[in-house]
Amino acid sequence: MSLPLELAAARDEIREVARGLGLDFFEVVYEVVTWEEMNQVAAYGGFPVRYPHWRFGMEFERLAKSHAYGLSKIYELVINNNPSIAYLQESNELVDQKLVMAHVYGHSDFFKNNVFFAHTNRRMVDAMAQHAAQVRRHMDRQGQDRVEAFLDLALSLEHLIDPHRVFLEARTAPIPVTEEEPVDSPVQRIRAKEYLDSFVNPPEFLEEQRRKLAEDKLRRRRFPERPERDVLLFLAQHAALDRWQRELLEIVREEAYYFLPQMQTKIANEGWASFWHSKIMTERILDDSEVVDYADHSAGVFAMPPGQFNPYKVGLELWRDIERRWDRGQFGKDWEECDDYERRMAWDTKAMRGREKIFEVRRMYNDLTFIDTFLTPDFCDRSRLFVYKYNERTRRLEISDREFLHIKEQLLFQLTNAGHPVISVEDGNYENRGELLLTHDHQGVDLDLQYARDTLQNLAKIWGRPCHVVTRSGDKERLLSHDGTEFRER
Amino acid sequence: MSLRIDRDHNRFREIVKGRIKKDFRRYVSKGEMVGRQNGKLISIPVPQIDLPRFKYGKNQAGGVGQGAGEAGDAVDPDKAGPGQGAGDQPGQHMVEVDVTLEELAAMLGEELELPNIQPKGARSIQDRKDRYTGVRPTGPESLRHLHRTFRRALKRQISSGVYDPDNPVIIPIRDDMRYRARRTSPDPRADAVVFYLMDVSGSMGDEQKEIVRIETFWIDAWLRHQYGDLDIRYIVHDAAAREVDRETFFHLRESGGTKISSAYTLLDRILTEEYNPADWNVYAFHFSDGDNWGSGDTEVSLRLLSDSILPISNQFAYGQVESPYGSGQFLKDLRSYFKGADNLVTSHIPDKDHIYDSIKEFLGKGR
Repeated sequence: MSLPLELAAARDEIREVARGLGLDFFEVVYEVVTWEEMNQVAAYGGFPVRYPHWRFGMEFERLAKSHAYGLSKIYELVINNNPSIAYLQESNELVDQKLVMAHVYGHSDFFKNNVFFAHTNRRMVDAMAQHAAQVRRHMDRQGQDRVEAFLDLALSLEHLIDPHRVFLEARTAPIPVTEEEPVDSPVQRIRAKEYLDSFVNPPEFLEEQRRKLAEDKLRRRRFPERPERDVLLFLAQHAALDRWQRELLEIVREEAYYFLPQMQTKIANEGWASFWHSKIMTERILDDSEVVDYADHSAGVFAMPPGQFNPYKVGLELWRDIERRWDRGQFGKDWEECDDYERRMAWDTKAMRGREKIFEVRRMYNDLTFIDTFLTPDFCDRSRLFVYKYNERTRRLEISDREFLHIKEQLLFQLTNAGHPVISVEDGNYENRGELLLTHDHQGVDLDLQYARDTLQNLAKIWGRPCHVVTRSGDKERLLSHDGTEFRER
Repeated sequence: MSLRIDRDHNRFREIVKGRIKKDFRRYVSKGEMVGRQNGKLISIPVPQIDLPRFKYGKNQAGGVGQGAGEAGDAVDPDKAGPGQGAGDQPGQHMVEVDVTLEELAAMLGEELELPNIQPKGARSIQDRKDRYTGVRPTGPESLRHLHRTFRRALKRQISSGVYDPDNPVIIPIRDDMRYRARRTSPDPRADAVVFYLMDVSGSMGDEQKEIVRIETFWIDAWLRHQYGDLDIRYIVHDAAAREVDRETFFHLRESGGTKISSAYTLLDRILTEEYNPADWNVYAFHFSDGDNWGSGDTEVSLRLLSDSILPISNQFAYGQVESPYGSGQFLKDLRSYFKGADNLVTSHIPDKDHIYDSIKEFLGKGR
């Protein structure tokens, strides 16, 4: 459907303003939808078509109910694609539509230029439709129940991918290692005159070299040679599966990789879009009759109810903080070394590098590095951030403190691996019985045992042999095992 | 309007209702949204199925929040932490909402059911059912009525003189095609009678009576909304019991001693006289503060329950309201006497905030 004239005019105006401000976005296609369609699209993760699966229905029910009872509503929805596709709800007021459009150009700019999105599929709309067709075809052949049951298994592992692989194309298989197999060579001695030999090459040294060589050789025979973070890939390549099952795994994996950069840049991306929509709207677009509504709706979006962390709000303020600091030259060695409060407050070298800096940051950073680099004690103070922890005694979550380092540590922890435990394949032939051994890189927080147990069961159903995961519970090392029917713990 | 997602949504509803994938029910969590009813917060059930995955144990993790507060202040556990969602995800905006009585009853309806209902009797609880009862000239090929189609083709060929008995080849044409047609019809299922019994003795203070009235009111509202055609009887008792009408039940103020057996005797008499267990599903809800007069009466009550009432009841629900005077002994007696009886449900209601939980205990699905 083409846009109503009024909206088309607003779009053209906003697009020009956004361009003028230096944003560099994909073309954006706006679709006007009813609230039901909006909820459907949101349940589908922004896409018009997804493969059949009940969890989309679940999400739809939640969104539809919360909309119907007026608890929350969806303002903006845009997908990373070329062209980007964004949705406008037909019942929204014009000022809301303008806000959404301005916001969406911010997102589209981020999608196009941020390096973490560089290898995402920009034709994902087509890919999703393709996946839907594939899954439907398998359902026709294998039956809905079988296919859905397998999807349930695969989806319970969808977080087990390698976050560093966003720099590779997720689709391509990793390049096989063509290293030549080293021949079994005797230990290399350092050349020395005979009478010096026992000093230059002492027996302990030779013994150690021999041990290292043997270890190397053993390692090469391990499978996988190095721990593999991309568990889904490992399963797709090595598990004993039917072809259709392998195909489903690959679909789940490809979609997981597509969504990964969005998870990794939630704060930066939402903040960026909010930064620009607020600039575009307040400086250029709003007319007098719209200001009050705009302010009211903005207040809703940026609200931070007590105890909640709003990525829109924190992101927006961080971007503003960066621009302000670089405008005033509050960076570099002199600034870092200055601890005179008065001087710091008044610091202004008229550097005016803010705009340049934020564009650089939007290209190079994800949430983890964004927070790591730009979260400052001043900022935490001003934004009244705090850390909360579970209190064993009162059995509830409580504010524990407002220490800068703790806040930063906690945020970084939550952002690492998008808040999921780090798990990799250690051994695909554990105990030489074709069993699968995973390791959990324990960073102080235990796994949820009940969930781990059920997940292991799903894993074992896919792998076809018993599966194990090494983790820790408190200080004790634990080995959790599941053979598909029975769970064991050591 | 039909949406593409309806198929996924229906599938999800089926799972939640336990019709398919029964093993998934253990992952169904009763997520709730918070709404408002007459200034009081109520929750809107949003069932969620959580696929198992490797995740951090909840209680050890913490998070970062924003806002005012001192160290030691509680934070809302469900709503903290940076979003797990994607960058394209909807910006949402929370408001509180007023819900009408009807909407509330409908919402409850998705969560509750009369447990253990049996098809009994002639008159009925109405339930809807789809049946293939008729035929029609159009439809999908999968529903083609072969027999009717063939018969029509045969008739046509005979009447138009094309039919050859020596070479009886019947070729249906478009007009001959007949397809099964579906009709949604009320499905008479079962007769049910519901009894509400309330202790109105002196030890039940106004607050206790109010709790009982609110709870029975909701159960009543919901049952009427959901099942329409029910027999509903009200009994109040102190040291003696009598049957009252709905109006009186909700407004009566009495005082006196407590003899639970009196109510059970009356219940038993009404049941024997008017409701043949072969024809009726019987449900009873009894509310009291559990401060019965003497252990002798308790014994009589328990015997009445076990000998005559429980054997013919689909469910007997006992809700005990906490009162400052009562010992609340009756609940303990019930629980120890009927250990393991699956048609006896008990619920302890310390205050008004627990009414909703108590209703769910009585009528919750999947018990």
